[in-house]
Amino acid sequence: MTEFSPTILAFCCNWCSYAGADLAGVNRLQMPPNVHVIRVMCSASVKPEYVFKAISQGIDGVLVLGCHIGDCHYLTGNHRTAKRIPVAKKILRDAGIDDRRVRLDWVSAAEGEKFQQVITEFVGEVKALGPNPLREVRM
Amino acid sequence: MARVGVFICHCGHNIASTVNVEEVVEFAKGLPGVAYAGHNLYSCSEEGLGSIKRSIAENRLDRVVVAACTPRTHEPLFRRACEQAGINKYLFEFVNIREHCSWIHTKEPREATEKAKKLVAMGVAKAALLEPQTEGESAVLPAAVVIGGGVSGLAAAASLVDQGIETHLVEASDRLGGLLAEVTTIGPEGTDARETVRGIVTRLEASPKAHIHLRSRVAEVKGFVGNFEVTVRGCDGDLKVPAGAIVVATGTKELVPTGEYGFGQRPEVVTQLELERRLARGERPRRVVFINCVGSRQPGREYCSRVCCNVTLKNALALAKASPDSRIHVIHRDIMSSGTAAERLYKEASESGVKFLRYGLERVPEVVAGRDGVEVLVYDETLEETVHLGADLVVLAVPMVPPGDSEATAKLLKVPRDKFGFFLEAHVKLRPVEFATDGVFICGSARWPVSARECIWQGMAAAAKASIPIKEGKVVIQAITAEVDPDKCAACGNCVLACPYEAIEVVERDGRRAAKVNEAQCKGCGTCVAACHNDAVSQKGFTSGQLSAMVDALVKAALEVPR
Repeated sequence: MTEFSPTILAFCCNWCSYAGADLAGVNRLQMPPNVHVIRVMCSASVKPEYVFKAISQGIDGVLVLGCHIGDCHYLTGNHRTAKRIPVAKKILRDAGIDDRRVRLDWVSAAEGEKFQQVITEFVGEVKALGPNPLREVRM
Repeated sequence: MARVGVFICHCGHNIASTVNVEEVVEFAKGLPGVAYAGHNLYSCSEEGLGSIKRSIAENRLDRVVVAACTPRTHEPLFRRACEQAGINKYLFEFVNIREHCSWIHTKEPREATEKAKKLVAMGVAKAALLEPQTEGESAVLPAAVVIGGGVSGLAAAASLVDQGIETHLVEASDRLGGLLAEVTTIGPEGTDARETVRGIVTRLEASPKAHIHLRSRVAEVKGFVGNFEVTVRGCDGDLKVPAGAIVVATGTKELVPTGEYGFGQRPEVVTQLELERRLARGERPRRVVFINCVGSRQPGREYCSRVCCNVTLKNALALAKASPDSRIHVIHRDIMSSGTAAERLYKEASESGVKFLRYGLERVPEVVAGRDGVEVLVYDETLEETVHLGADLVVLAVPMVPPGDSEATAKLLKVPRDKFGFFLEAHVKLRPVEFATDGVFICGSARWPVSARECIWQGMAAAAKASIPIKEGKVVIQAITAEVDPDKCAACGNCVLACPYEAIEVVERDGRRAAKVNEAQCKGCGTCVAACHNDAVSQKGFTSGQLSAMVDALVKAALEVPR
């Protein structure tokens, strides 16, 4: 049997985490190839529904990466993200899903290394959790 | 049904050496809505753009997906190509398979190729649902604010004023010139520093367009490109300055050593800046030891501060020439004196009797009390023994570091800094004096330690860039604003509360209440979209339908394959 290789979705904001991911690329920082980035303008525009949609269809993990608190390009957008994503995690928990499949973190435009670290860690964590059980349900 | 064209870029070897481009093209051909898929060696080249435009016409494409580098740099270029080929530029979608794929999975070509396919599938799914948009315009205030009155800020301000732009120069201290006001000469040519500063200041003071605010700080920044309101806080209270653009020229400062080589305890141990002050007073110590790279190029502060070697060379040479019995030693880890003039300075210093000794981090020099002054003990790598150097003065070349208030400045302007605290430009090569934030520019040593000459270049460059929107008189507002579907809106006001820009209000239309977005005020963050319980608010170019389609496409490409 081949080793489980999770499929992970990441929402990155245009100004900080997406730029941080770009910087990681420019610096050729190597990381596992499991993460697929969707660019949004602000992490606060990420609807919990997207997270649920992904998880309920069998995506193994979802990352929401925004600017550090105080650095948000849109003043206080990420304050909302900081409140919203924990609620989304709670809803997943209540539905019997391991909420470690969703992670909220902050990566600045200068933190290529932090991006690499978050990706590497999260892929490892999701690998340890194993495949999303809902993957089997839908198939 | 949309007719999507997909163009996969080799980016020379940058993508193609890891990702199997042809395989991704074949995969793209099978995606729903794809009418054409092809590849280019360099999509951004004249030839690449030409082939995209031809293909749009030949294949009657109405959506374009380019899978190449990051949208943060090349998106405008491809959008323009679409426009030239007769497609609304908002019917373009960028897929990043370089920074986010080939460059970070160089040793996993198989996995990188599979990932590129999924990213392309996601991009195509979104592209099929894109809609044409019209961009708005916003007026630009004909004034600029320059933060920092050092040589970079002075050069920027003078250049703006020369173009007839009303310019406010905000300086925290009580004099202009920054670090240059504290040094004697500028190397390697030996230009008089104060004269250089005076030259620019005189020009500024003569202009009715220049407003110099000494002992002042920027306390608040509101607004956006073209329409900033900058609060300048001085001794006489606050002044609200309307501005179209802001130039950051907050400079750098000398690191204060933390006791290295007896600094702070032994009066004989000083920094370069202190030596400059003594030289300005006419002091010419006879026995001087310079120690370079004190506090830099070591774990925790790995960077080379770049200007210190030349300052050391300049001052060592000046002291060597001051008296025939001078004894000047430079203890260094490497001499960084690039460029013809600086290299000449190094040669001249050697020929004038300055002795160079190399040390390594594993065996750093020591400063001990001597019979007369102090003694510097250096392990000479060539002689393989410790050399004792008597000195009247030990000069530490410490690195330049960001000023203490750079974090506050970054927060005020919402601009990023690197891990050492220096400001981070939008792109090292393509946008070196701009921040990613429109209307905010960067120059000089606030970005990275640079020479006075480079400060002046960058100040002028930042002014040239800042003057573009001001001269145009208007800026284009990207069509990524939010809009409300009044039929779905319950007028609950959640979006009104969520909006950081007070761009949404609940109004009455046709006898019913619904939220309404003021497009000119909307900055396109999409915070209101996620705040809406009824899916009534949507952001152009980032609609729920488009983002959901991306999620679905990933599910389909990744999970619905036989395992």
